[in-house]
Amino acid sequence: MAAADMSAPDMNAAGLRRDERFERLRLFGLSSPALLLVLVILVLPVGWLFYVSFIGADGSFSLENYARMINRKSYARIFWTTFEVSVLTTGLCVLIGYPFAYFLAQLPQRFANLCLITVLLPFWTSLLVRTYAWLVLLQKNGLINNWAISLGLWDEPVKLVHNLNGTLIGMVHIMLPFLILPTYGAMRAINRDYINAAANLGASPRRAFWTVFLPLSTPGLFAGALMVFVLCLGFFVTPAVLGGGRVIMVSMKIVSNIELFVNWGAASALGVVLLVLTGGLLWIASRFVNLAAATAGGAH
Amino acid sequence: MLNWLRSPASDTQVTHGQRLWLYVFATIVMILLVTPTVIVIPMSFSDSRFLEFPPQTWSLRWYRHFFGSEEWMQAARTSFEAAFLTMLVATPTGVIAAYGLHSSRVPFVRAAFMLLITPMMVPVVLVAIGAFYAYVKLHILYTMTGLVLAHSLLALPLVLIVTGSALKGFDPNLENAARSLGAARWKAFLTVTLPQIRFAVVTGALLSFLASFDEVVIAMFVSGGDNPTLTRNMFNALRDQIDPTIAAISTMMVLLTTALMILAQIFGQSKKDG
Repeated sequence: MAAADMSAPDMNAAGLRRDERFERLRLFGLSSPALLLVLVILVLPVGWLFYVSFIGADGSFSLENYARMINRKSYARIFWTTFEVSVLTTGLCVLIGYPFAYFLAQLPQRFANLCLITVLLPFWTSLLVRTYAWLVLLQKNGLINNWAISLGLWDEPVKLVHNLNGTLIGMVHIMLPFLILPTYGAMRAINRDYINAAANLGASPRRAFWTVFLPLSTPGLFAGALMVFVLCLGFFVTPAVLGGGRVIMVSMKIVSNIELFVNWGAASALGVVLLVLTGGLLWIASRFVNLAAATAGGAH
Repeated sequence: MLNWLRSPASDTQVTHGQRLWLYVFATIVMILLVTPTVIVIPMSFSDSRFLEFPPQTWSLRWYRHFFGSEEWMQAARTSFEAAFLTMLVATPTGVIAAYGLHSSRVPFVRAAFMLLITPMMVPVVLVAIGAFYAYVKLHILYTMTGLVLAHSLLALPLVLIVTGSALKGFDPNLENAARSLGAARWKAFLTVTLPQIRFAVVTGALLSFLASFDEVVIAMFVSGGDNPTLTRNMFNALRDQIDPTIAAISTMMVLLTTALMILAQIFGQSKKDG
């Protein structure tokens, strides 16, 4: 009798703990439809691509799909183009986006929100619509050529599209919001007292900017620039349309390997390289910045 | 004007005059950001076979062409259907996943969250060819089911992030109170928690609609046969020629997106007020 009394609370506690564990697992189970979706439509197929990339033409294990990337000049050029476009786009976005974010951050909140619409409007607009618009604007008899000629900037139509120029113009326009939004967010969060304190201690406005404001805003800039770079690496629609076949990036080679040559091995190997590059960069970055917060603006 | 230029723009006594370059620069950037989005609107009302700005003669020719073409109308129906169904699949899936991960304190919650937002990180070309392969095996290639599942995969992280952050700002004691008063967990969720995060849920739903409606690359691979999407047809038309019909479609897409986003803003605003 006495022994039973002693152990009853213990048994209760154990039961409660079991119930709680069960409850937690049941709650976690609510995410199972989402996990199942990701597993079936993303993880398993990508896992299969990974497997296929190591299968040679004769059906046995081989590294020929990867060897091809190293041996063939055309692949080196594709990787170089992808790298070149991504670096140039990111660089231009930083050069344009940082001062613009600075401008927004200096405005009174109400006025800044108004100006922010000009960033959000293209951000929401379909990628295809914006790419089409650039195609129209930049073509031989397009608005930009016509205006430049009538203003006397150049004499005959300049080739602005179906080449690297067009690709870069379109991509910078599409990527800018991804850089401006996190940079602006980081700048808004800077306490102005720090700048004032620097000025108080005798720093010139320029010095206060370089030694106080810039370092405090770099996490946002870094998150944005990384986002732009990673998105550029895997970009397809804009270079495919505005590059006119002259700018071939990795993602386009993957598509043509499947659509034209039905070569799953080659496409998969390229995909694995792209995925490893993207994943690696994001992994490195995740140690410095909160990626979920940086991308929460939406990446459609 | 001169006085304004000499007046200080910041606490550190930088004048508006010294910042003039920044204002000019920012104005140019704003014009360049917006122009490509709105320029197609007047162009779509041109009567010419070539896109011109400003149009010489105005007409609804390209709109008539769009609404009169069985091919384009079919594509529009497919896109709307896919976007609507994606919204219906991704929103509840994402919301209950966000709730489950938020309230369950098992150690692997963070890993599960990272896994669920990977669709946003993986290059979309890979998602597309992976889905293409999987659908051949599952016999759902070129079906609405396949398209909606792949689009829901893309929309899932958006819903998860938006509702997840709303749940963080929600006081869990409210739900605990409901439960201590005898409500079952699901009932407490539906009657107490869900109404509190409803704005985030609506925003997530609108984002998933748009994510599907605007998507190109996956649609290129897994929608085809009898029901290609609007974006797939547009992309194919872009590769061949500059068809002014696309300007008309673009105009309608810009208006649709803007309307949906204004809706999302209104919901977001009322959240702050209430």
